[in-house]
Amino acid sequence: MTETKPSVINAENTPFINGLWRQNPVFVMVLGMCPTLAITNSVRNAVSMGLATTFVMAVSYGMISAIRNLIPKQVRIATFIAIIACAVTVVDFLVKAISIPIYLALGAYIPLIVSNCLTLERAEAYACKQPVVKSMLDGLGMGLGFAFALTCLGIVREVLGAGTFLGFHLFGPHFEPLVLFLLPPGGFIALAILLLAFAYRKERQLKKAEAQS
Amino acid sequence: MSSARVAERVLEVRTSPHAHNAMSVEKIMRNVVFALLPISAYAVWMFGISAFFLLVTTTLASLATESAACRMSGKRSSIGDYSAVITGLLLGLTLPPGLPLWMGALGAFIAVGPGKMVFGGLGFNVFNPALVGRAFLQAAFPVAITAYTPAKALGRFTEFIPSSLAWPFMKAAPVTEWMARVRVDGFTGATPLMLRKFDHIQTDPWSMFLGERAGSTGETAALLIFVCGLYLIIRKFMDWRVPAAMLLSAIAVAEAFHLADAARYPGPLFVLLSGGLVLGAMFMATDPVGSPVTPRGMWIYGILMGAMTVLIRFLGGLAEGVMYAILLGNAFSPLIDNLTQPKTYGERRKAVAK
Repeated sequence: MTETKPSVINAENTPFINGLWRQNPVFVMVLGMCPTLAITNSVRNAVSMGLATTFVMAVSYGMISAIRNLIPKQVRIATFIAIIACAVTVVDFLVKAISIPIYLALGAYIPLIVSNCLTLERAEAYACKQPVVKSMLDGLGMGLGFAFALTCLGIVREVLGAGTFLGFHLFGPHFEPLVLFLLPPGGFIALAILLLAFAYRKERQLKKAEAQS
Repeated sequence: MSSARVAERVLEVRTSPHAHNAMSVEKIMRNVVFALLPISAYAVWMFGISAFFLLVTTTLASLATESAACRMSGKRSSIGDYSAVITGLLLGLTLPPGLPLWMGALGAFIAVGPGKMVFGGLGFNVFNPALVGRAFLQAAFPVAITAYTPAKALGRFTEFIPSSLAWPFMKAAPVTEWMARVRVDGFTGATPLMLRKFDHIQTDPWSMFLGERAGSTGETAALLIFVCGLYLIIRKFMDWRVPAAMLLSAIAVAEAFHLADAARYPGPLFVLLSGGLVLGAMFMATDPVGSPVTPRGMWIYGILMGAMTVLIRFLGGLAEGVMYAILLGNAFSPLIDNLTQPKTYGERRKAVAK
């Protein structure tokens, strides 16, 4: 039996998996809570928000990483923001071109990807120190991890709050939806339930690893 | 082990008072249950077997949740301290009698689980558990929780209100046909507060006084609730300051509004009798866990809640404001406690709050 302890694998060598799962931006780092809570009241919104963020992160981290040796240290944050803002503008127009209803549903949250602490954190912590391909992989992994978390939350909230999945009714016409889960407090409650599940899983893994060693 | 045995032999030096009466959490809680029983009985008399099974469901569900939570956290079961019974009963008393039973059970689960046991059980919760459960139900099922049915309906002891017996997670059956059958004097399915706010109809004060009106299961009989609360106050199981402050400040604020514009705002009598104010003031605001411990703090806490209740009723979008007023008071009580710490004798400078 091969043992894979979480600490053995170097996070820097597997940027994609790292972002997608091991350091999942929502479930492990608890970053970018504003869109996580605000936009996940339906699966469709959650998926599109996650993909938009993924695009922004992958593209902007590639650019940041490419010019990382040219950026003066004193103005690096402003430079990151400018680059991220470019990518966000592209996404803004893209979403508008693809689907107007999704664009309207996401509203101000697409421009707000700029100020998402997750995007800035990875630029500061990873992209400005690592080569281009790795940075893009990190952005892609983190973005998809974010999208995965948002989708989980979106599924919980839509299924409980409306009895639907992507608009299809799951439980027949007599289902009484828990409207709460579509409201902001429901977002907090659903996120808490998911975080609890992840913390429980992590604790059990640690205990198992301890028992084995 | 051995150190504990040694410690037992050490002479214990204690300061006075040396005589104690046997006041314990369990005894207080048991008496609160006794005080709630007449109210529950009257509710069953008014609303029939639907109310009875609603109360039984919420109580059993909160006991089950408490027991399961204790087992999960590896603690000795704490269902013997009666606090889960009180939570279940109080929750049931604040719900409309025709509420589907599964919603009552879900509310009790939320009340005891996330409302109390997550914080560490009795004494550690921030908010009144019963009201946490009710707030959850209000947010989750805004339609079902405002679907009130008339008191003293015909055949209330032989048949359920049709909405009570819904399948879990399914919609309740409509009550319109049933209401047409048992109709008592042109009932519209609204509490006096809702009638005033949305339809501008005044309810007869005498019927409100007797509790013969639509409303939450246990909030209707204001006088009976008052007497049961008085029993607890006289036996010193709860402090008189909180209900006194809450009711007086509600009366004062309502009177001020009434004097300013008598046509728009009803007087203090209506405010006292129309909703859950007396039940909230007597049994929920006085929850020793969520309220301040200093006497001055209790006055501030009560006044805050009474005023908020009336403000929400008169100026807010909701017909009833007691629940949110008490939850707000709970949230404020650590702050109130901090600001009203008494000075120790001989203390010179203002104490720095810890």
